[in-house]
Amino acid sequence: MTPAADADDALFEYLLRLGDNALILSHRLCEWCGNGPVLEEDLAISNVALDLLGQARYWLGQAGEVENKGRDADTLAFTRDGMDFRNALLVELPRGDFARTTARQFLFDHWHLLLLEALAGSSEPRVADGAVKAVKEVRYHVERSDEWMVLLGDGTGESRDRINSAVCEMWPYTGELFESDGVVRTLADKGVTTLHEKLRDPWRARVERVLKRATIEPPADSFMHGGGYHGVHTEHLGYLLAEMQFLQRAYPGAQW
Amino acid sequence: MVARAATAGRADVELIWRWLETVVDPEIPVVSVVDLGIVRDVRWHEPPSGPLLEVTVTPTYSGCPATEVITASIREALRHRGIESLRIVNRVAPPWTTDWISESGRRKLERYGIAPPRPLSPGATPPCPRCGAEDTECIARFGSTPCKALYRCRECLEPFDYFKCH
Repeated sequence: MTPAADADDALFEYLLRLGDNALILSHRLCEWCGNGPVLEEDLAISNVALDLLGQARYWLGQAGEVENKGRDADTLAFTRDGMDFRNALLVELPRGDFARTTARQFLFDHWHLLLLEALAGSSEPRVADGAVKAVKEVRYHVERSDEWMVLLGDGTGESRDRINSAVCEMWPYTGELFESDGVVRTLADKGVTTLHEKLRDPWRARVERVLKRATIEPPADSFMHGGGYHGVHTEHLGYLLAEMQFLQRAYPGAQW
Repeated sequence: MVARAATAGRADVELIWRWLETVVDPEIPVVSVVDLGIVRDVRWHEPPSGPLLEVTVTPTYSGCPATEVITASIREALRHRGIESLRIVNRVAPPWTTDWISESGRRKLERYGIAPPRPLSPGATPPCPRCGAEDTECIARFGSTPCKALYRCRECLEPFDYFKCH
């Protein structure tokens, strides 16, 4: 394979990761639609989901163009099987209670913002354009997540217990976000992205600053789960896809 | 038929901009897609197959469901004016910002009961678009659409939407 083809393959994989992270997390948030704790938060969660869905559509659309095999964003979203999904495990975990949804979103949002800020300066216009657009939306997501973390952590005994255990539960799924495999290294060499481990220290600093205000002790790093970026997923993803992809699987090519 | 014949060919770009000012946002039907800064460019191309009008639009938020309706509305409005050969280009960069909302768009939003976007110092809130009172509070960071947040006036006690700075 030529180096150019290698680079295109890496870009395709990387665009899938960006798209699948946004798509799967968006779906998890959509599960709250109509079930939110209060109407205003129901709307807020749905709106964050909508931002992520729009971002997913952009990234997957770009992935389809780079792949150049006639697959568009919808085809990639609705007709790939679990092992072909490239999202981090963190985003596919069940929504759990509101504390788990909030803790996951908080940990993800801070990483997402740091990554998009780095990608805004990408040498690849497809990546830079999408990142510059998304970064404005995600900055707002971070503000909302921070507020909820402090509200729940520095809230009642019950809310504090729940958000604390939610953070502990989600933490071992954050390691994957900061790994650079061959795909990331190939693209980092060309200035398309940055090495993901470079995001770890600023992420920790930002997350710990908010956790302190929320009176929550940051968990110590221990065993970290991984595999999502290479298609090795938890058992939860299959159920999510069964629901998300049902219509296109039952009625292939159906249009509104 | 006379008007149609006159416009079917290669209508003046300034005139097309005025036509586009009649295309309203489907979720905030008092402002046009031009007021909101969604239409970025209008130009004629001259390929061998004949004149082709290219209208460049930009999405407000990545996932804004109004984007597709807006594209369809633009297409319909221009076809109604006799423009058959039309290409709508969706441009992501530079990203849309509320700075692109026109002065008249801001006034229309306010009259409609939506506080227009404005730079707010930390902790400050937008004044009530209904009674003008400064004493307002944020109820939710998102309103009925991604571009808005929900506030309440402490004077007249009415809730209102605030078009977020973006």
